[in-house]
Amino acid sequence: MFAFILKRLGLALLVAFTVSFISFSLLFLSGDPAAALAGETASGEDVEALRRLYGFDRPMMVQYGDWLFSALRGDFGESYYFKLPVASLIAERLQVTMTLGVCGILFALATAVPLGVAAAIRPNSLIDRVALFLSVAGQAMPSFWFGLILIVVFAIQLGWLPPSGASSWRHFIMPTIVLGYYAMPAIMRLTRAGMLDVLNSDYIRTARAKGSGEMRVLFKHALRNAIIPVVSLAAVQMGFMLGGSIVVESVFALHGAGYLAWESIARNDLPTVQALILVFSMFYIVFTFLADVLNAWLDPRMRSA
Amino acid sequence: MSDMLLSVRNLTLDIPTGSGILHAVRGIDFDLRRGETLSIVGESGSGKSLTSLAVMGLLGKSIKRSADEIRFGDTDLLKANNRVMRDLRGNRMAMIFQEPMTSLNPAYTIGDQLMEALLLHRNVSRDKARARAVELLEKVGITAAASRLSQYPHQLSGGLRQRVMIAMALMCEPDLLIADEPTTALDVTIQAQILRLLVDLTREMNMAMILITHDLGVVARVADKVAVMYAGELVETGPASEVFATPSHPYTRGLLRCIPQPGKTARGARLGTIAGIVPSLVGEVTGCAFRTRCPHAQPSCREAIPMRGTAGHAFRCVFADGALSEEKGVVA
Ligand SMILES: Nc1ncnc2c1ncn2[C@@H]1O[C@H](COP(=O)(O)OP(=O)(O)OP(=O)(O)O)[C@@H](O)[C@H]1O
Ligand code: SF4
Ligand SMILES: [Mg+2]
Repeated sequence: MFAFILKRLGLALLVAFTVSFISFSLLFLSGDPAAALAGETASGEDVEALRRLYGFDRPMMVQYGDWLFSALRGDFGESYYFKLPVASLIAERLQVTMTLGVCGILFALATAVPLGVAAAIRPNSLIDRVALFLSVAGQAMPSFWFGLILIVVFAIQLGWLPPSGASSWRHFIMPTIVLGYYAMPAIMRLTRAGMLDVLNSDYIRTARAKGSGEMRVLFKHALRNAIIPVVSLAAVQMGFMLGGSIVVESVFALHGAGYLAWESIARNDLPTVQALILVFSMFYIVFTFLADVLNAWLDPRMRSA
Repeated sequence: MSDMLLSVRNLTLDIPTGSGILHAVRGIDFDLRRGETLSIVGESGSGKSLTSLAVMGLLGKSIKRSADEIRFGDTDLLKANNRVMRDLRGNRMAMIFQEPMTSLNPAYTIGDQLMEALLLHRNVSRDKARARAVELLEKVGITAAASRLSQYPHQLSGGLRQRVMIAMALMCEPDLLIADEPTTALDVTIQAQILRLLVDLTREMNMAMILITHDLGVVARVADKVAVMYAGELVETGPASEVFATPSHPYTRGLLRCIPQPGKTARGARLGTIAGIVPSLVGEVTGCAFRTRCPHAQPSCREAIPMRGTAGHAFRCVFADGALSEEKGVVA
């Protein structure tokens, strides 16, 4: 197990390194950064001055080394637009996004897994149909639309919850539901399919033949095996939620990292975009790593992989 | 008779399917005394596994079980609720399956899975359970038993896994062991070892065994009694020696025909060399199910067929002698 973790950690670092180089190169892929920075009306001399000021005239590898070294110390440079250190800008926004992402995935898991298990225990029963309906509805309904409906009902009509902002935990209830519901259908269906498959397996029959009770069969013998693919899916979705919750953040005016990414792209704020891409990628890498470790703990066959 | 361990009377299993009810098992009777080995033989799909699962109470929800009697020791299994069945399973009756590769849970260690039945049914400490697990692993011929406890199923070969399954079934010293084709999935050399092990252990523990097999050579060597199943019915039952010496049902004789000397069959002799097709068991099934393949079939074989012979050695045929004289006539 320990060797497995080390191996995965090495792999994760390798991927992280590659990703850091790619996100650095983006700066140059999108054209002359100095020209972009100077704006359309700037003269050639202004552009040259900016090029020297920001060090764009140096060889690319030198710039990369410089950038990576700073990034490792938490220094991502200064935002072109906000004129603030990118690191503190992101840290502030990330708080909102992380809260939302963690609540969202927990909400999704807390609803999807029990529902998926219940649906698998009794296929075609009422609960199975309800679960199917919820998952189809969840996939068909755009997040912004669902968010607006919640705002109209619970904020405007009933007045129970604040419609927008991020100043208290009550502000996060509706965004959590919208974001979690977005991730729920896939998790539920994977849980249901996994449980159905496992419950038909020979070792479940063995467990019953030993005299295990139904709860023991379901939760000790079946769920542990059925949940393995769900762990990987949840890790990917978690990464996605942290980077891609722009829609939900916009609807509820939660100014998180997703929203910041959108703003920065619109404003050509390259250092911020670069840093965000790096941070989001690191999240993906960390979650995938954690999912691999969790899966290896769940399934001993994966430890040798 | 306190000696009687299992009595099954008129066991019937119906499975609803898209095209009607599949009468998978139709009115079978058998008895098993303590320490006795009954072998159920028959072609694939004849209902052997379903019959054993019905005794264990492990049939899927969709399968309808009915019977006049299923009695295990003092317990009426027809009236037993889930709680009672759970207390019996893994404790007084245990089962090993055809598929050793998939019958162990991949997520738990061999030790955990071995100890489980004992911890469920007996009030013992984990240390005691572990000691018992090691003892049984040694008994089923696994070397370095103590170190196996922390291994996972995927680290063992098929033969070892089947030994683990046997050890697992024996943890609580059951009165009845049901072995459903325990060697089919294994190499021929290992088949013989596993079989010898089962026979030795049942003798040593004075355990009754229902051994389901395709292998007639095995039956001849280990079984006290034989039940020949065809398309969901028992066509012949009796002491193994008698059934092999004087097979009375045309199907039994068909099975044995490929064997040069009854009782000395080459290992691995397969059933199913009789020409013809097994009838569909969906919808109403009447008369002798074997008539589509029987060389002696008569118009009267479509009607209800009486049970013949003695209570000890019985068979089901319209001919009082199981068409034996008919067969000799054909040969002559
Ligand atoms: N759950 C089920 N649903 C529908 N049909 C089933 C089910 N289980 C068994 N059957 C059918 O019942 C018949 C008897 O099955 P069973 O498994 O008892 O056969 P078997 O004698 O054990 O055969 P084998 O030697 O191949 O193991 C088969 O025709 C099978 O297709
Ligand atoms: S003679 Fe008739 S009843 Fe007897 S086995 Fe043949 S078909 Fe069945
Ligand atoms: Mg079978």
